[in-house]
Amino acid sequence: MSQTPLTAWVDGVGFLAPGMPDWPTACAILRGEQAYTPAPSVLPVPNVLPPAERRRASRVVKLALALGLEAAAHAETDVGTLATVFTASGADGHNCHALCEQLATDDRRISPTRFHNSVHNAAAGYWGIATGAMAPCQVLCAFDASFGAGLLDALAQVVVDRWATLLIAYDSEYPEPLHRKRPIPDCAGVALLLTPLQSVRSLARIAVTPGTDAAARLADGELESLRTTIPALRSLPLLHRLARREGGSVCLDYLPPMQLRVDCVPC
Amino acid sequence: MTPLLVSAYTLTTCLGRGLAATLASLRAGSSGLAPCAFETTAIATWIGEVAAVDDQSLPATLARYDCRNNRLAQLGLETDGLAERVRAAAARYGSHRIGVFLGTSTGGILQAELAYRRRDPHSGALPDDFIYRNTHNPFSLAEFARDYFDLEGPAMTVSTACSSSAKAFAAAARQLACGSIDAALVGGVDSLCLTTLYGFASLELTSSQPCRPYDTARNGISVAEGAAFALLERLPENARPGSLLLLGYGESSDAYHMSSPHPQGLGARMAIEAALHSAGLCPFDIDYINLHGTATPSNDAAEGQAVAALFGERTPCSSTKGATGHTLGAAGAVEALICALALTHELLPGSPHTRTADPAIPIDYRLTPRPARVRRALSNSFGFGGSNCSLVFGVSA
Repeated sequence: MSQTPLTAWVDGVGFLAPGMPDWPTACAILRGEQAYTPAPSVLPVPNVLPPAERRRASRVVKLALALGLEAAAHAETDVGTLATVFTASGADGHNCHALCEQLATDDRRISPTRFHNSVHNAAAGYWGIATGAMAPCQVLCAFDASFGAGLLDALAQVVVDRWATLLIAYDSEYPEPLHRKRPIPDCAGVALLLTPLQSVRSLARIAVTPGTDAAARLADGELESLRTTIPALRSLPLLHRLARREGGSVCLDYLPPMQLRVDCVPC
Repeated sequence: MTPLLVSAYTLTTCLGRGLAATLASLRAGSSGLAPCAFETTAIATWIGEVAAVDDQSLPATLARYDCRNNRLAQLGLETDGLAERVRAAAARYGSHRIGVFLGTSTGGILQAELAYRRRDPHSGALPDDFIYRNTHNPFSLAEFARDYFDLEGPAMTVSTACSSSAKAFAAAARQLACGSIDAALVGGVDSLCLTTLYGFASLELTSSQPCRPYDTARNGISVAEGAAFALLERLPENARPGSLLLLGYGESSDAYHMSSPHPQGLGARMAIEAALHSAGLCPFDIDYINLHGTATPSNDAAEGQAVAALFGERTPCSSTKGATGHTLGAAGAVEALICALALTHELLPGSPHTRTADPAIPIDYRLTPRPARVRRALSNSFGFGGSNCSLVFGVSA
C-alpha cells in the first residue's frame, strides 16, 4: 500500500502559555526578539459563550476557546465552518478533584453541572455552543503524546475527508492531591488551522511521517522546560520553525518508540 | 470511503462474554440488566454489570495498569480469539504498522474515586499505589492495549462521552485510508464507577426500572459497562464472501447544549446523512438501524425525529440498550458489533423491556427479535457535548 503523505497547509496559529498570552508574543520570543519572562497563564473571558455557559466556563474551557478563536482569527476564517480536533492529556482537573472529593464522602449527591463538565469533551461541547459549528468534532487523549495523536487525526481529516480542520491541543493543571501525581504546572496549548488547499493566508506547508529520532529541543532552558512539562507544548520545536518562517524537518515527541518528523516549508 | 474489512471482533456486556453468548441473548430477546448493587452505591436504578471482571489478573509486567477498566479490557481482548488475531496481524504487518484507536468515557476513574477514600489524614496525599497515568488517565485504555500486544504504531483514546468508540472506528478508517497503518485495533471499554452512576442520577436521567428505549413510558437510562474490540484492515481482493465490512462513517456536532440533544435531532440527522454519503448509500439501502435509544425522553424523541425524517417507517429499527444497558463510551463499538451479528446471523434484534413503542415517533420500531436477511446496517451513537457519530456496516458479496 502506497502511503498518502499526511500533509496540510497551516493557515493560522493560536497559542497561550505561561508568560506568553498569545501567538504574536510567542513569535517574538521564539524569534529571539523578546526575552522570555515566566508568568502565570492569563485566560481571556470567553465572550463568545452565552451568559449561562460563560459563568460555568472553567479554566480549561477558557483556554481551549481562546486558542481556537485566535487561530481562526489569524486565518480570517469563519469558525462555524471548521471541523475540530481537540486533544488534551486530561480534562478539567479542578472539576475532577471536586467530584472525587465529594464521592469519597457520605453525601454523594454531586452537582449535575459538575458531572456534565467532567467529560473529556467538555471544552469541545462549549466550543460548539460558542461557535455554532456542526462539523465533525474529535476529542482525543494520549497522555504525554496527546499533541502527536491530535496532529495525526487532524491531518488525516484534512487529507481523507478534505475538511479544513482546527487542531486545538491544550492542557491544564490539577489541584492537590492529584497535582503530585500529575504535575502539569499551568494551563497552556496551541491551535493550528490546517487546510487541504493553499490560500493567500497560508503560513507554511507541513508533512508528517513517523520517525525514531530524538525530538528537537529548545535552546532556552525555560522554554525547553515548558516543552517537557506540558504535553501540548511538545509542539514547540514546530512552532519555533513557524515563528521564524524556517523550512526543514523537525522531530517531535510522540509515543515511544514512534516519533513524528514534520517537514515544514514556509510560504 | 473505500470499504474496510472487519477481520475479527468480539464483545462482552452484561448479556454475556463473547459473540455466541451475545447472539443467543439477542435471539432470545433477553436482558442482562439487574438492580444496582455496584460497589458501595445506594441508587434505586438498574445497571448492566459484566460478570467476573475483578477475577481478571493482569500480566505482572503490566501490573501498573490494574484497574476495573483494564481488567474488563483484558477480559474482552481474551475472548473469541481476538488477542491471537491481533498478534497475527502484528506478525504479518509489523508491530509499528498496527494502530490502536479505543474509546472510553470515564476509563479508570473508579481507581481515583477509591484512592480519594484513602488519602493521608494529615497531608491529604493520595496513596502511593494509585498510579494516575496507567489507570485514571483516559489514555490508560489505549496504552494498555498497545503494551498488551507490544505494538509500536500510533495510539489514541477517543473520549467524546457516549459516541467515543464509534468515533474510534472513524479515526482508524482515516489512518488506514492514508496508508499510515496496515491494521487497527478499534473498539471501546467503559466500566462502572461512582461518577457515572451518581452523575446520571444527579441529572435525573437514571430510571428506577430497567430502561425502556422508545417506550411511551420511557423515563431514563440503565448505566452499564462493556468491552468491544475489532480488527480493521484494508479489504483484500480475495475477501471471503460474507466478510464483515465497515462501509461508512459520519460525524457531526449539535452545537446546542452540554447534556441535552438538539430538540429536532439536527446533529443526529447530519451524522446519519454523512455516514450514508460516506458509504455511497441512500436510506432504503439500510436493512436495520441500531438506534442510540438511551430511553431518556429527550434522546429518543430527538433521534426518532432524525430517523423518521430520513427513513420513515420503512426501515426496521431498535435500541438494544434494554438488553445491554448504556455502556457509555463503549456503546458505539458494542452496538457496531451487534450490527455485525445482525448482518452475519440474519437477525433483526428487538428491544427488551420496551412494551409500547412511542406512537409519537413514526419509525418501524421492533420490540421482538426476528430472523431476517440484513445486508447493511446503520449504528447511531450520540454523546454529551453534542457529539454524534453514525457507522454503516455491510457484508461482502
